[in-house]
Amino acid sequence: MNDVQIKKSATQYDAIIVGSGAGGGMAGYVLAHAGLKVLMLEAGPYFDPKQSSSQLRWPYESPRRGAGTHSRNFGDFDGAFGGWELDGEPYTTKDKTEFYWFRSRMMGGRTNHWGRISLRFGPDDFKGHHIDGLTDDWPISYDDVKPFYDNVDRMIGIYGTVENIPSEPDGIFLPPPKPRLNELFIMKGAAKAGVKVIPGRGSVLTEALPGNKDRGACFFCGQCGRSCKIYGDFSSSSALVIPAINTGNLKLISNAMVREVLTDKEGQATGVSYINKDDMQEYQVSGKMVILGASAGESARLLLNSKSPAHPNGLANSSGVVGKYIHDSTGSSAGGWLPQLLDRKRYNEDGVGSIHIYGPWMNGNKKLGFPRGYHIEFGGGMGMPEYGFGWGIEGMNGKVPGRDGKMKDPGGFGAELKNDYRRFYGVGFGMAGRGVAIARADNYCEIDPNVVDKFGIPVLRFHYKWNDDEIKQAKHMQETFQHIMHEMGAIYDPMEGPETNYGLEAPGRIIHEVGTVRMGDDPKNSALNKYSQAHDCNNLFVVDAAPFVQQGDKNATWTILALSMRTSEYILSQRKKLNV
Amino acid sequence: MNRRESLKALGLGTISVAAFLESCKPGNEKLAENSTGNTGSSDYDGTRLPKEIERDKKLNTEKFFDAHEMATITVLADIIIPKDDHSGSASDAGVPAFIEFIVKDMPDHQTPMRGGLRWLDLQCLNRYGKAFVDASNTQQIEMVTDIAYPLKAKPGMEPGVSFFNLMRNLTASGFFSSKIGIQDIGYMGNTVNKWTGVPPDVLKQYGMENV
Repeated sequence: MNDVQIKKSATQYDAIIVGSGAGGGMAGYVLAHAGLKVLMLEAGPYFDPKQSSSQLRWPYESPRRGAGTHSRNFGDFDGAFGGWELDGEPYTTKDKTEFYWFRSRMMGGRTNHWGRISLRFGPDDFKGHHIDGLTDDWPISYDDVKPFYDNVDRMIGIYGTVENIPSEPDGIFLPPPKPRLNELFIMKGAAKAGVKVIPGRGSVLTEALPGNKDRGACFFCGQCGRSCKIYGDFSSSSALVIPAINTGNLKLISNAMVREVLTDKEGQATGVSYINKDDMQEYQVSGKMVILGASAGESARLLLNSKSPAHPNGLANSSGVVGKYIHDSTGSSAGGWLPQLLDRKRYNEDGVGSIHIYGPWMNGNKKLGFPRGYHIEFGGGMGMPEYGFGWGIEGMNGKVPGRDGKMKDPGGFGAELKNDYRRFYGVGFGMAGRGVAIARADNYCEIDPNVVDKFGIPVLRFHYKWNDDEIKQAKHMQETFQHIMHEMGAIYDPMEGPETNYGLEAPGRIIHEVGTVRMGDDPKNSALNKYSQAHDCNNLFVVDAAPFVQQGDKNATWTILALSMRTSEYILSQRKKLNV
Repeated sequence: MNRRESLKALGLGTISVAAFLESCKPGNEKLAENSTGNTGSSDYDGTRLPKEIERDKKLNTEKFFDAHEMATITVLADIIIPKDDHSGSASDAGVPAFIEFIVKDMPDHQTPMRGGLRWLDLQCLNRYGKAFVDASNTQQIEMVTDIAYPLKAKPGMEPGVSFFNLMRNLTASGFFSSKIGIQDIGYMGNTVNKWTGVPPDVLKQYGMENV
């Protein structure tokens, strides 16, 4: 490439949106439907589940029988292009700390494969400072966001039940899927253990979505993670971006890796520069405003890489908070099997691809030795056999008597072993805790001064450590799991101990990272105002999970959607002021 | 789109999936096509990335196990999962070819498998003066019995136990994820249906009617 030049487009868009996941997709949907001319830039390829999902493929259609690979970590049929490592796009860590960054380079981003578990933050998740003084309050309350949660429920669809639990605000629900057999055992065991379990909450259309003709009702294959050909679940691609394109007001440029947000002398955003991955040429596009929905990590990276005389510390970063306060949910899990279910009757129990039952945190802030709680996700049953099926039978078939009532030596081979696989099919179950991690200024991402990616863009360097709060919370999860499994009459391994931090997953592994460009009323300690508009640059907005001040024990997507809708409506109400 | 239309869409109704997909193409698809760089590669089918397609092609042209190793794997797999009244054997279900592929795909399996096969042959050479595949059926079963029961295995047999555990696990994975194996295990899903909860007779069987 001895002829580097930058191609500038003459068109000025009303808005340029970076990223097509939940946040970018919602902004594109609202603004395009309102008639704005929108340009959306996506770093990966165009993706429409209708054409490109691996839904209903059989394991033998994959040479690795559905196992994961370097470029598809969650299995060969998974909907996500990307993973923990992307070729030529490194990230680094500092001071021997750990962070794992899952990136999905494709239209719809990580919403093509996520678990569809859709939870509202409760009042104390927005305003939690009064509980223990450990967290900063959001500049907005649950009541500010509630109308937008309601609209997201109606527009996108969610199943669940009205429970009147203050920390788990109810929504506008489609009927939930009934529990599977293993889940009934979990519910019974949990009740005995004093752990509340309610029907799950997920963005799957268990019935046709009223008023929507483009999306089909779920047909219960349980494969949401592959992305859904009939749009029976929420993906940003199917539910937001494609409808936005269909208005004729949104143009999507795929394989466009944004390098920098451009600003003028006054510091206002004028557009972005990007590299087209197909021709490897540099482009500049201009817009009356720039909206970042690139993910908490990428949006922070973009701002920090957008230095100019007006923004010497990076764009929207006069406070110095950009990159700080990154926090992922905590996670720890356990599993076992139910000897009661040996030789169980066969029937189709695929159900939906999100959770059927859910364990909300009901312990408030009792003196537990750690500050905040966690929820529990459960599952189990007669799933589709794939790579890993039958693994470890030598640890199971010696633990219970055979059909003849006699104990036997574990392991084995031959006709008897073949029968054991049949006998043990569908007895397994699992449970996973997802908890509050405290947002702390000393957990952060920043630009690594020494490393660039293959496009020449400086990369992120993470500095993230759990502390005792999170480790003690994981211990409580493990003890709770043991209690439930005991009451279930299950067979299971001893709990994870201190040598593994009680099974606490490394930061990033739960893929709920938020908080890197936080909002607040005070420009000295926040980057964005309460509408996710930059304090330093009023035509710049952030609509992914970066604006989160403090995560609850809730998965982030429903709140990303509600906040992005709120910001988009704010933009529409401010059109004159913003000169759009 | 209601449920019935969804079912139709997946080919259970009167129209084919292909026709449905054609009929459902977004009206404005041109705008998307006009966008730069939609596919990036001519053999990109939308589900696999070009680099995934290339990698699979490459793995399929490579060979890891030699003929002797493949013969040994085949005998072992059929000892682990033989033909019975319900279904065929591991080799009937293509397990040896699956194992050949998976060790190329997951290189961590390569040394335990190659070394384990070698360990097995040396054991058999010492015991019977023959490689495992050339030993009699009785001798093969005697050898396998010594490494198939982890808690009963005699000192010195540990490497064989580790190898056999891996071989057993790979065989089960390969067999039960095959067409024959899925039918054998009785998995009834991966199809269009309506989940209405645990069948009443099953609820009754486990006393779960009121949970």
